Amino acid sequence: MSEDAREAVGDYKAGWHDPENATIRFDFGLSEQVVRDISALKNEPEWMTEIRVKAYHHFMERPMPTWGNMHMLEEIDFDKVCYYLRSSDATEKNWEDVPDDIRNTFDRLGIPEAEQKWLSGVTAQYESEAVYHSIREDLEEQGVIFLDMDSGLREYEAIVKKYFCSVVPFSDNKFSALNTAVWSGGSFIYVPSGVHVEMPVQAYFRINAKNMGQFERTLIIADEGSSVHYVEGCTAPTYSTDSLHSAVVELIALPGAHIRYSTVQNWSANVYNLVTKRGIAHENATIEWIDGNIGSKLTMKYPAVILKGEGAHAEVISVAYSGKGQHQDAGAKIHHLASNTTSKILSKSISKNGGRGSYRGMVTVSPKAENCKVNVVCDALLLDEDSRSDTYPTMEVGNSGARCEHEASVSKVSDDQLFYLMSRGHSEEEALALIVNGFFEPFTRELPMEYAVELNQLMALEMEGSIG
Amino acid sequence: MEEKQPPLLKIEGLEASIDETQILKGINLEILPGEVHAVMGRNGSGKSTTAHVLMGHPDYEVTKGKIHLEGNDLLEMEAYERARAGVFLSFQYPHSVPGLQVGNFLRRSVSAIRGEEAAKGPEFRNMLKEGMEQLGLDRSFLSRYVNDGFSGGEKKRFEILQMMLIKPKLAILDETDSGLDIDGIRTVAQGVDSAIRGSNSGALIITHYNRILEHVKPDRIHVLIDGRIVKSGGPELATELEERGYDWIEQELMDNE
Repeated sequence: MSEDAREAVGDYKAGWHDPENATIRFDFGLSEQVVRDISALKNEPEWMTEIRVKAYHHFMERPMPTWGNMHMLEEIDFDKVCYYLRSSDATEKNWEDVPDDIRNTFDRLGIPEAEQKWLSGVTAQYESEAVYHSIREDLEEQGVIFLDMDSGLREYEAIVKKYFCSVVPFSDNKFSALNTAVWSGGSFIYVPSGVHVEMPVQAYFRINAKNMGQFERTLIIADEGSSVHYVEGCTAPTYSTDSLHSAVVELIALPGAHIRYSTVQNWSANVYNLVTKRGIAHENATIEWIDGNIGSKLTMKYPAVILKGEGAHAEVISVAYSGKGQHQDAGAKIHHLASNTTSKILSKSISKNGGRGSYRGMVTVSPKAENCKVNVVCDALLLDEDSRSDTYPTMEVGNSGARCEHEASVSKVSDDQLFYLMSRGHSEEEALALIVNGFFEPFTRELPMEYAVELNQLMALEMEGSIG
Repeated sequence: MEEKQPPLLKIEGLEASIDETQILKGINLEILPGEVHAVMGRNGSGKSTTAHVLMGHPDYEVTKGKIHLEGNDLLEMEAYERARAGVFLSFQYPHSVPGLQVGNFLRRSVSAIRGEEAAKGPEFRNMLKEGMEQLGLDRSFLSRYVNDGFSGGEKKRFEILQMMLIKPKLAILDETDSGLDIDGIRTVAQGVDSAIRGSNSGALIITHYNRILEHVKPDRIHVLIDGRIVKSGGPELATELEERGYDWIEQELMDNE
């Protein structure tokens, strides 16, 4: 196979940007005052301001991670990031009321259409704030709460106070500290006992401005025996300077609850995506992370599950695509704290045009956790000689009764495989897309169909012009 | 005056090599519409190379000669363009594509070669159903991944199923009979018959056994030795090869020189 005919970002479909019409825009750079100003602007309770300030100081003191991609991390200039930008003064319930240019963006991304067809609720975040929010009435009547995080804090302060930072402490890592200091937007979901939200709820995150920092904060609580599927998508314009996306997501699955969290991350190739995602699964609860990383410059993200209650189950199914100049450092973390807990990790990565994909995973089984099962599978597919794939698996098993399986494979697309498909009328690019989509199939079949189709089209687009 | 029918496939003085080693040393062959030809020869005589060169495998370099399908120059086309022009190769060792479902692959391939319309609607579904029944393939086969974990027999049957749905002008069957039991061979032969006989299509069967030829009944047999067709004849030649092997042909060649 020969080298790319196009620039890395040339075919990125979501790369346009709107004129920036900020109603409030903070100056570049971060200080304690900026943190206090964000909190004041939102009229937050004192305790939240205090957490923010503490987190800010922790962020300032905490060194950069010494793993992942240190070279790329060092390039982030925290003084050239805008930490808060508001483009619309309200979160609307009707698309018609959303400012025209912002609504056009979400129209082009197909969000309102998806909402009508197959979603239980939608929140759309533009820069720092949610601009649109809706939930189906029948779910609201059943007591399901689905709000943007700021509204969640205003309307359900007690619940937020109980769970905020309970799964991901601000001191967990440098970027969870940053997020806690300057967070804005994100989703707050509470599903009452025994309620099953049949259709997924979706959040869509859009960065529009240059050098923007988006720091959404999401908290999902599924009460006993309930279930919910949350889907998030994200895009940004293609700029020559970098933007920063650093989210924190906390999931709490109470006994017997089921949370599935699906992500199709398609940031433009100038976005740093440094995200902390973690859930706690209580007795017989299930948490699933379905995590697709297609875009961004550098992604460092390891969705985690703490299996705290007996019989809890965790699944992390992830795919990563790394093209020219991209590094996807992704994986999973599972901690088996209780007996009879099970976990499954499936990680698939594709690297092309010098892109780099890394699987970084950690599984621990505590000494007291009896009869646990762990299954880890990592597959990498390299599309050319310049690309790179690494695997950094760690397993710390403290209980000899645990059953742990680990498989890893690295494969290359062979000329014979391409020839076979071409002999069936498929051009070399189409053949490659068939192979790539097949490789990702164990992931895409877990996605709602609309997302799976979009992902397949996205990958077909990435394969265009990849053959000289 | 009888007008001569233009050939479906015309190969003239074809020479080809791989990694600078010459394998084909001047092949001439003509197949008329509706005809089934067989190329026989020992291992290493250039049979599979002939199949791959006709389909356009990039590892083989054609150094001399011409290949025309219905007057169109195949050497100017990439493999997928040849497929769209009507060439089909049933692989001796079909490659697997994990994650790509058989049903999806069949629809996409038929659509790529015969057009979108041919790959949808009840007509396609009926053809698929009939083909699978004829080949003894279960419905669950459609949701398996292309050639992934298939038995040898399943792989060959799947190649024939593709041929039946794609309806090529020229079907090349590379050792399709190897690894099949007698029922399998009979099924494949029926598949070839229904796809080729009575149509304007043609087939080139590459084999070193007589078994499949007893069922397909080729019009012409060609013997390939060291990259050249050294002898051609009717179906009786296959029987003769079965009984006497290839040595006598080589002897004849030496005597003539």
